[in-house]
Amino acid sequence: MSTLTGSPVATPDDATPSRRRAPKDPARRRTAGAPREKRSTLLTVVMAVLLIYSVLPLFWLLINSTKTQEALFDSFGLWFSGDFVLFDNIAQVFTYGDGEFVRWFGNTVLYVVVGAGGATLLATLAGYGLAKFDFPGKKAVFAVVLGAVAIPGTALAVPTFLMFSQLGLTNTPWAIILPSLISPFGLYLIWTYAIDSVPNEILEAARMDGSSELRTFFTISLRLLSPGLITVLLFTMVATWNNYFLPLIMLSDSTWYPLTVGLNQWNAQSTTVGGEPIYNLVITGSFLTIIPIVVAFLFLQKYWQSGLTAGGVKA
Amino acid sequence: MNRSLPRAAKRAAAFGVGLVLVGSLAACSSGSSGGAGADSASADEIEAALQEDSTITVWAWAPAVEPIAEAFQEKYPNVTVDVQNVGTGADQYTKLQNAIKAGKGAPDVAQIEYFAIPQFTLGESLADLGGFGYDELEDDFTPSTWNAVTQDDGVYALPQDSGPMAMFYRQDVFDKYGLDVPTTWDEYTAAAETMHSADPNQFITSDTGDAGFTTSMIWQAGGHPYEVDGENVTIDLQDEGAQRWTSTWNTLVENGSLAQTPGWTDEWFRGLGDGSIATLLTGAWMPGNLTAQAAAGSGQWRVAPMPQYEEGDTATAENGGSSVAVMQQSENKLVAAAFTKFATAEEEGRQISFDAGGFPSTTADLEDEEFLAEAPEYFGGQKINEVLADAATNVVPDWQYLPFQVYANSIYSDSAASAYTNGTSLDPVLEAWGEASAAYGEQQGFTVEVK
Amino acid sequence: MTTTTSTTAARPGGAGPRRPEAAPPRRDRRRWTGWGFVLPFLAVFLVVLVAPVLYSVYLSVFEERLIGGNAFVGLDNYARALGDPQFWDSLRRVALFLVVQVPIMLVIALAAALALDSARLRASSLFRISIFLPYAVPAVVAALMWGFIYGKRFGLVGNADQAFGLDLPDPLSQSWVLLAIGNIVTWEFVGYNMLIFYAALRVISPDLYEAAELDGAGQFRIIKDIKLPAIRGALVIAGIFSVIGSFQLFNEPNILQTLAPNAINSYFTPNMYAYNLSFAGQQYNYSAAIAILMGLVTMIVAYVVQLSGNRKDK
Repeated sequence: MSTLTGSPVATPDDATPSRRRAPKDPARRRTAGAPREKRSTLLTVVMAVLLIYSVLPLFWLLINSTKTQEALFDSFGLWFSGDFVLFDNIAQVFTYGDGEFVRWFGNTVLYVVVGAGGATLLATLAGYGLAKFDFPGKKAVFAVVLGAVAIPGTALAVPTFLMFSQLGLTNTPWAIILPSLISPFGLYLIWTYAIDSVPNEILEAARMDGSSELRTFFTISLRLLSPGLITVLLFTMVATWNNYFLPLIMLSDSTWYPLTVGLNQWNAQSTTVGGEPIYNLVITGSFLTIIPIVVAFLFLQKYWQSGLTAGGVKA
Repeated sequence: MNRSLPRAAKRAAAFGVGLVLVGSLAACSSGSSGGAGADSASADEIEAALQEDSTITVWAWAPAVEPIAEAFQEKYPNVTVDVQNVGTGADQYTKLQNAIKAGKGAPDVAQIEYFAIPQFTLGESLADLGGFGYDELEDDFTPSTWNAVTQDDGVYALPQDSGPMAMFYRQDVFDKYGLDVPTTWDEYTAAAETMHSADPNQFITSDTGDAGFTTSMIWQAGGHPYEVDGENVTIDLQDEGAQRWTSTWNTLVENGSLAQTPGWTDEWFRGLGDGSIATLLTGAWMPGNLTAQAAAGSGQWRVAPMPQYEEGDTATAENGGSSVAVMQQSENKLVAAAFTKFATAEEEGRQISFDAGGFPSTTADLEDEEFLAEAPEYFGGQKINEVLADAATNVVPDWQYLPFQVYANSIYSDSAASAYTNGTSLDPVLEAWGEASAAYGEQQGFTVEVK
Repeated sequence: MTTTTSTTAARPGGAGPRRPEAAPPRRDRRRWTGWGFVLPFLAVFLVVLVAPVLYSVYLSVFEERLIGGNAFVGLDNYARALGDPQFWDSLRRVALFLVVQVPIMLVIALAAALALDSARLRASSLFRISIFLPYAVPAVVAALMWGFIYGKRFGLVGNADQAFGLDLPDPLSQSWVLLAIGNIVTWEFVGYNMLIFYAALRVISPDLYEAAELDGAGQFRIIKDIKLPAIRGALVIAGIFSVIGSFQLFNEPNILQTLAPNAINSYFTPNMYAYNLSFAGQQYNYSAAIAILMGLVTMIVAYVVQLSGNRKDK
């Protein structure tokens, strides 16, 4: 849990009086700098260095997914070995242990869909509420959320375990889904996004028409919020997909493991007495684990980009 | 006023919920829960229980346990055995401890390594198998493993495998440097010096400071650092045995003759494969791992008894090895106990264990002709089991582990790191470790004396 | 995050406090509705985060021993933590880490974001996705990769040594390991922060750029006078997230521990210390006290960062 699930601290009332206005017409927004600045090769090269830095370990992963267990130890890490067995490895990954990888994959999808989906819904509802309604205790809500996040999660693991154990939730999917339903970063994002992207005039108009708040939310506001919503969805998807620590503690039945815990178990096989080392499957499995996230990002890229520019685009 | 009410109400509600949760947790988490299920039964009662429909959960990481469970289910079709791998070693013990503290969620049967048993017996978390008549199995097992699973008059687990220590070595490396296989520690350190000065990338062995290794070496040297009598614990990591070990081992540490490759890593296996690590002082269960993961060394490895402090001695120690125990929380102790016996003391279960690479803890198997005649190719056709079975009979008796050994082991590196990194003496390391272990023991309520 | 640069509606009163208001009954109802929207989040939050925190606080004032059971000890655990050299050692380490790694990472992220925003790059969306990618990699996978890369004998460092005849320092040695970890953390989060800044930059009104063009301002002046002030909010947020992350540093050293057992001890970071106390030592109470203390320290520092960031605005 030490990844930055993030929590905003600067509540919107800290905003400076803005010198900036939202552009009147999105099409008029140009990129910064002189409009016809020539492409800089130097800059591209420097960024390419950063790209290589970012991608190198993943390149290692891809290359080593193509090797056999023995070749992993014999060959140079960054280039292919004699045998190219990527497809064999993939087939083995899916069939090893009676197909437990597939089961784990399914579990992870479940946790992501319900967990990230739920987190996005909760954060959107709450962020919208904070943005569009005036009620006492608003600042307190914020401070409490931040305060709880500041406490190291690993130290909360045992209390959470004990609590869930009493509630009979350990070793069930709920033990994983419930904690992942809270995304403070999502809350903050939607809150600030909603302030700009859902004009109060529209809300007033809907109220005049007699629409209930909830109905207005679902029929009108949600659509206006969609870029921000997709952003939160993406970030929570990555977080739940990669969730490792809490599932490790909560689960003692491997049928409910997510991929992260399952791969770790495969990895540990090589250090047990009489264990069958399957590094090649761990590496190939890890590689397969990353693919869905990449696909999701590529697919949702356009929403994600505009989602982060709160106030930039009005539906 | 309406304005303040929601805020106050919300705060009160939150506080209230919190209190209730905290209160219920406090009530439930103090003290360990007693397990259901009879604590003792006759053989007939156990047989009867096995005929009824039931399910037991087993937590184990050893690969042999799944096939053993299958065989058990075939023999007793009404019983379902659910084997779960919830982590290796300390990871599993953490989960066990969590479940014990929570009062529920523990399995019926668990694999527990020998050094961790005292910790669980102390917490009264393991069922006494004497109640099922298993104390009569004493003669089936080697004295050292039986010692490890018994405490006072109770039998808290049955030994599954064992790890008498031996020296695994690379014949080709010793031939290369014209060295005889060392039989004493003096010869060993001399050999270390020779090979390392000839080639700075050649090491006699790798050691970055491992608590299990350290305790086993002190054991082999005749040390007895831990004395446990109920709540009274004495820690003496400076005793004669310990000093015997450090005086030899310091030479290696200070001369930089030890490879600093952490064990069980990719680099370590490669080193074992290519010979840059020339010996391995470890338990008898190692051959399976060597064969599987250091394939490059096939045909070159051999086994010899541990080097001795005095010419002609035959002392060795145990290093690693696990037992199978029934958890006190189990609600189906009869079936769980039967499974435990099946896995460790009955022919069928034992055979599966050995096929999976475990080294026997049962005297019958250690004396078995076929077993002793095995001559694996990886070891150049040497009859390794003769050496290893012999080692099993030479384990120095009466060793004790701390009732909090798992934790003590986890902090060993805190004290040892600088000595290994800087090449300095291990005596201050052992002293510091002893004090840190004692401090923990005191905090946990034991009366600890440090010598 | 562009939040603090957003329009005028962002005030403590939230939405529309200045409009001529309807009769009080409707305002009251709307106030309750506001709570209605927030309640689902809060309800789960209470169970999942608040209850464990409260329980932790409760644990921290007790002490449970293997012999002797549970006893109330008041603030003893806190006193013990404050006098514990291992705790201070770990705290100093993460503070050092924070002070060095966070600025470096944020500067790189900022530079990358500015580069992306400048339209002077070829294939900028390729850069965007690939620099972000490390964030999507799960920890267990990162461990394998970095274990290989940092390997001094058979890993990439070792290979570089042999190929170029160097004697590179061992990244997993005591003196270099913190840097090695800093590298991994930077690698993981540079893309994440880069995107936060990039998004903030994208909202800047082109009117400002037009004005600057007319003034004949060069690239660096534009960056200094327009872009940076415009994203100050995002910088503060990213700074705060990074502060929290640094104080909570756990995953990366934990991953490397099996590879470098003598460089990373059981109290390497406060979070690791709390974890080992809790899981290896069953000292749940002391662990809870350490966690609470760390939470307080984190909140204080995060608040300071926020204050100083926002003060420059005013």
